[in-house]
Amino acid sequence: MAVMTYREALNLALREEMHRDERVFVIGEEVGLYEGAYKVTQGLLKEFGPKRIVDTPIAESGFTGVGIGAAMVGLRPVVEMMTFNFALLALDQIVNTAAKMNYMSGGQYPIPIVVRGPGGPAHQLAAQHSQSMESYFYHVPGLKVVRPSTPMDAKGLLKSAIRDDNPVIFIESETLYAVKGEVPDDPEFTIPLGQAVVRREGTDVTVIAYMGMMYRAMEAAEALEKEGISVEIVDPRTLRPMDEKTIVGSVRKTHRAVVVEAGAGFAGMGSEIASFITERAFDDLDAPVERVTGANAPMPYARNLEKLKTPTKEKIVDAIKRVCYVNGS
Amino acid sequence: MAQKTAKATPALGVDAGTAKDLLHQMMLIRRFEEKAGENYALGKIGGFLHLSIGEEAVAVGVTSMLREDDYAISTYREHGHALAKGVDPKRAMAELFGRRDGLSKGKGGSMHLFDKTVNFLGGHAIVGSHLPLAAGVGFAIKYRGGDQVIVCYFGDGAVPEGEFHEALNLAALWKLPVIFMCENNRYAMGTSLERALAQTEIYKFGQTYNIPCEPVDGMDVLAIREATARAVEHARRDKLPSLLEARTYRFRGHSMRDPAGAVYRTKEEVEKEKLRDPIVLFRDRAIGAGALTEEDLKAIEKDVNDIIDEAVAFADASPEPDPEELFTDIYKD
Repeated sequence: MAVMTYREALNLALREEMHRDERVFVIGEEVGLYEGAYKVTQGLLKEFGPKRIVDTPIAESGFTGVGIGAAMVGLRPVVEMMTFNFALLALDQIVNTAAKMNYMSGGQYPIPIVVRGPGGPAHQLAAQHSQSMESYFYHVPGLKVVRPSTPMDAKGLLKSAIRDDNPVIFIESETLYAVKGEVPDDPEFTIPLGQAVVRREGTDVTVIAYMGMMYRAMEAAEALEKEGISVEIVDPRTLRPMDEKTIVGSVRKTHRAVVVEAGAGFAGMGSEIASFITERAFDDLDAPVERVTGANAPMPYARNLEKLKTPTKEKIVDAIKRVCYVNGS
Repeated sequence: MAQKTAKATPALGVDAGTAKDLLHQMMLIRRFEEKAGENYALGKIGGFLHLSIGEEAVAVGVTSMLREDDYAISTYREHGHALAKGVDPKRAMAELFGRRDGLSKGKGGSMHLFDKTVNFLGGHAIVGSHLPLAAGVGFAIKYRGGDQVIVCYFGDGAVPEGEFHEALNLAALWKLPVIFMCENNRYAMGTSLERALAQTEIYKFGQTYNIPCEPVDGMDVLAIREATARAVEHARRDKLPSLLEARTYRFRGHSMRDPAGAVYRTKEEVEKEKLRDPIVLFRDRAIGAGALTEEDLKAIEKDVNDIIDEAVAFADASPEPDPEELFTDIYKD
């Protein structure tokens, strides 16, 4: 095991996969000469040259389409979105073309492409640069959607995404790039897509959370431990396909569930998770499933307002107490 | 398809064998689409059906200058491009019928014909969306060090889209072997060129992106061949994209739901354009040049009718897809 940052883990995954497979290339804005807006592609241009580390002009739909076209005839592109907010300019390419090509062609043209970059709430970046983007993608049959919370997951899941024969939406976070963690040295270490992980074992309540919200849920769990509430935390890691089995299994054990998500709650990931828990484990539940979500508002710039937009540790603690019927909440 | 050993008929510029092939292909596409139209009226084909009747010279002229291992990609008005590239008419018709033996097992329909065996990369039905894909295929050809080319067919309706400009810019910037073939039939659905573009001479956008470009008579299969030959040379030899603007006309409406196409253009205009039917023009020229006889023509007609009758019978006899096909091919395992 080596200790490295989330950013370094992504960089290592790209390097290893590019060494492993000549067909893998990276394309996007500022990925080469500038070494990535968030330095995820640092050193890659020097190592692999401009043929495989391809700087593009600002043309998200165009270069995403280039990736899809290249994937149709056998290459394995990794398309970097400088931030996922810009992926909306390529939404048609991703949703109407990449996701549906294999189906529309009766299985003749699978699209092995990874679209990756940071998304989710960041720090004072305001409405257009700080928002949860996964909901625009996980609704679509034909896409896989990954949200890796730790350096180990970042590496293991990115490698699996690159090796997958389907379009994978891989959304990182500006707020996690500097997080450090242990990462296996083995270049064949991967984490399968569609496998949740239990981050913390507990007996009283299951909290389902990913990315920054997973870390906040962890803080909430530690605080509640002192009050005698034992919290289990499940991180789905892949949102589509969703590992319902692990989540439902945990709820069957704890009989209570709280879903935390940074995005606005309406028709959000929490709605979906709460829904399948209710459908599949209704008789095991001792309380209604609670959702702690971002406010139903765009992301404001002002610091105080921004704090109100995204779930806090306190809100998570309150929700956990409510489902545990603990007084004072 | 070109029979290079035979001697070219001087007045025509191609030999008799090539002339027969070109006419055969154009007539095959025409017959395929006429029959598709009939079967749409009979309820055998559903959804949207966009016919390219009147535009056959482009598909046939372009494809006749390609190698088998070259690629083609197109729009939702792609029956002709697919057939010219070598797609089996039986499986194409079965796809229109939504049947199990269709190219996409009945899951794509008229707008989404794909055939990997002949490098036909599909029918794409979001206007403009496949132009960046063509650049991507060009990118992959260059990445691998190959000498194939890709032809990307699109209509004048795609030109105001951002993706037209993004794709041309990227292909020009990176010197990709892409032939952008605009089939300018003067109407994007019901919107005429003049109502859609500040620059109606579409080929001139090629000047903006510093790539070879030219307009060409889209009703003249031989002119299409010559323009394509130049574009193929640029692509194959110099890895340069080109923009060709074939000036053509669709004799039918935008789709079967616009049967007459009469709201946005006059009957007189349509009748006048029909006088330049690409099949009739080439047939008469070939006969006049002595490359074709009336007997040849009859033989081609019979052969084409037989092939398409067989295609319709095949499609009609093919079963519907199995219910479990709903959930196959969403992901590749």
